[in-house]
Amino acid sequence: MSNAPTDFFARHYGVSPTDLERYLAAALARGGDFADLYFEHQASSSLRLEEGIIKSASQGISLGVGVRVLSGERTGYAYTDDLSPEKILRAAATAAHIASGATATHIVGLSDTPPGRNLYPVAAAAAGDTGMLGKLALVRRAERAAREHDARIVQVQVGYADELRQILVVASDGRCSADAQPMARLSVLALARENGVTEKGHSGGGGRVALEFFDEVLTPEALGEQAAREAVQQLAARPCPAGEMEVVLGPGWPGILLHEAIGHGLEADFNRKKTSAFSGLLGQRVASEKCTVVDNGTLPGRRGSLNMDDEGAPTHCTTLIENGILKNYMQDELSARLTGAASTGNGRRESYAHMPMPRMTNTYMLAGNDEPADIIRSVRRGLYAVNFGGGQVDITNGKFVFSASESYLIEDGKITAPVKGATLIGNGPDVLTRVSMVGNDLKLDQGIGTCGKDGQSVPVGVGIPTLKVDRLTVGGTQ
Amino acid sequence: MKDLAERVVAEAARRGATAAECVIRYGRELSVNVRLGEVESIKQAEGKALGIRIFKGQQAGVTHSSDLAWPAVSAMLDAALAIAEASSPDPFAGLPRAEDLGRREGDLQLYDPAVLAVTADEALDLARRAERAALACDARLTNSNGASFDAGEGTKILANSLGFVGEVRRSSCSLSVAPIAEQNGAKQRDYWYAVARGPSDLEPPETVGRRAAERTLRRLGARKAATGRYPVVFEPKTARSLLGHILEAVSGEAVYREASFLTGALGREVAVPALTLVDDGCQPAALGSAPFDAEGVPTRRTVILGEGRLQSYLLNSYAARKLNLATTGNAARGLAAAPGVSCGNLTMEPGKQSPEEIIAAIPQGLYVTELIGFGVNAVTGDYSRGASGLWIENGQLAYPVEEITVAGNLKEMLRQVAAIGNDLEFRGAVNAPTIRIDGLTIAGR
Repeated sequence: MSNAPTDFFARHYGVSPTDLERYLAAALARGGDFADLYFEHQASSSLRLEEGIIKSASQGISLGVGVRVLSGERTGYAYTDDLSPEKILRAAATAAHIASGATATHIVGLSDTPPGRNLYPVAAAAAGDTGMLGKLALVRRAERAAREHDARIVQVQVGYADELRQILVVASDGRCSADAQPMARLSVLALARENGVTEKGHSGGGGRVALEFFDEVLTPEALGEQAAREAVQQLAARPCPAGEMEVVLGPGWPGILLHEAIGHGLEADFNRKKTSAFSGLLGQRVASEKCTVVDNGTLPGRRGSLNMDDEGAPTHCTTLIENGILKNYMQDELSARLTGAASTGNGRRESYAHMPMPRMTNTYMLAGNDEPADIIRSVRRGLYAVNFGGGQVDITNGKFVFSASESYLIEDGKITAPVKGATLIGNGPDVLTRVSMVGNDLKLDQGIGTCGKDGQSVPVGVGIPTLKVDRLTVGGTQ
Repeated sequence: MKDLAERVVAEAARRGATAAECVIRYGRELSVNVRLGEVESIKQAEGKALGIRIFKGQQAGVTHSSDLAWPAVSAMLDAALAIAEASSPDPFAGLPRAEDLGRREGDLQLYDPAVLAVTADEALDLARRAERAALACDARLTNSNGASFDAGEGTKILANSLGFVGEVRRSSCSLSVAPIAEQNGAKQRDYWYAVARGPSDLEPPETVGRRAAERTLRRLGARKAATGRYPVVFEPKTARSLLGHILEAVSGEAVYREASFLTGALGREVAVPALTLVDDGCQPAALGSAPFDAEGVPTRRTVILGEGRLQSYLLNSYAARKLNLATTGNAARGLAAAPGVSCGNLTMEPGKQSPEEIIAAIPQGLYVTELIGFGVNAVTGDYSRGASGLWIENGQLAYPVEEITVAGNLKEMLRQVAAIGNDLEFRGAVNAPTIRIDGLTIAGR
């Protein structure tokens, strides 16, 4: 059996290298600077358990190819979910329309360009189809752990979802690369009730991993307990104070702060168009010198990791901010071409039905020297936020928001009462300049992040060590 | 395609399913973007997919595929049967009752063939005109996130083993513009959009552009507001998001899971008497309309909140059985899961005051024009979101504010509604007039 990148689509759908060159030629028939084809076969399965029974179990296959033609700043895009030559040629002709009048581009003969790394060493072919029984056992174990954690837990919902995505990217510059990308995720929602008050707790995790991950790294028991603990904790929480105060972020998932406050603003498309609050700031100080932030797509097994991006470029560890100085933006093919930069392997898309854009992979801040306990001790009155729901940012002015699902008051250097409903709001260009302490305890999240941009969702990772922000607005009701 | 759906259902029975359902969707889309007058992208595509739900007694399996050739569909049928066998019996599982099935008669005006007639060049022209109108408004409009025109049409076919076969064809198109303004080195953006079943029903591009420009310009020079408790006025666009949270809380699924702050509140007074909230899935030409829901139950008009009283939840047949109620025809589904619950057209009925009168009555408060973030908890009703808008001083919109949060609790907010505007705006499937809510906490300086 051959291991050529084209193997999967050749074997199952009869797509040959000659066909691929023909499609690219059709895409560039009216000119254009660059064309690529993105073939995708995605097998997915999901399970949902609630009230102690499997409420929904499903499985599916989605298949298609997207054809893209670039001509200067213009993009023509067409896709079809039918891999017959007629349909693909028609899509290529449609995408080619945009480039009419431009000079003809020579198509380089395709050559295999393997990603050169193997970040998800699972038996990829099996990951999308490991059989129901193992997955059923996982959700049941998570449920049991949540229920057994505390008698006040009244409802538990557990969801499991996995997918295996086979992709093939071929481009007019001769690139031809393929990847088999697994993904699995287990998530738990627990409701706790006491004296007529109901509160919820969430947990979740996974990555580009096989089912064994949940036995060896992150057990369903741990996830069940996390959700139950948060729900019970919230029963005792009091309303959150409102106003500006010192904020300490716990390590791991609170790194969503970086993702919202800084990450999106450093995506190359917004900077090329000068629509980001960070446009034109390369080489300038944008954070306190304690801050070094990277976007790293090369971490084994992580949710945001990729052997290659969705344009066939190898992923990198890109330093975005080094000791407070803005070093790099995250590039996809289009922005890199237009600004004379190189792709940083950040071109990503939700599926064959979507055009690629610069997107984050795993974005995190490197560890500092402060002891987490010292950070807490330094706060006279503030908020300690350890778990979060979602966040959002307005790229243009850098205003970001994110919501804490578990947080505590800090009074006179001690963590005191749990509070609920804390929302943090700030300004991207300001917030990292106010980071005064950086912990030595860098942690990445457990693998639950999904990032939305222009209506497209992609999996991402985030992380931070314990961080102190000297001043941030906390939205609460008191 | 109808034949394929019926064949799937018949074949499921032959292979041992006790009940089955098949949904097929196919459609086309055209989407263009221009930025600063230049073409940025043109996208054109067609897609299709098929979903199967089968039951073996009280056990269910769901599968989907974008490959509609028979060998692929047949494999999906077998997979659905295998999943059903592996899953747990659920006493409430099943199709709707046969007597609940049917379709709303008459022409709901959901399809305008003109959507398919729009060429890429015409679409680009609409987007260009809208952006040009926006940028021409003021010299401070120096940049743009672009303008886009999107059009699509789709057909949905549903067949089940109780003999229901339905087909519906719908179209829609939209035009949006997102200009950027700059003043003293600070940038702001906002946007405006129009949406309709067909291009001739869209607001003119010049109107969309002008409104986008006005919204963007009025944000320039924004500052933070002082922390405190103030009346908050939600303009129709942000009021619509409040309705979205209420929708989540009155969804029968959240209610039977006891994951809603309105669990157990049916028949009770939960809001001010002035508040009437209606869902209507068969309103002609409206964006959320359909003759039948995702289970083949006719859509209808349901009063959710009437004179402040919670009169109905929104239900699919599963949530209805769990709660011992009748379905309201609000089943909705993607292909990858069993049906959930969604609204048809959710509308808050307008009041008598104009938005100007509502603002004029407020000595100090906030007029919210944008909300961001996800700080809404449907279980407790806790509400805390990032906001920007205009500060109200002595009954006038005085200056723009940003980087603040608005917090309260939805359960209380329903009782703190102090005024409802006469400016109900239809723009999508969820529609609201201006709403004033008192006693919310604003966090800022």
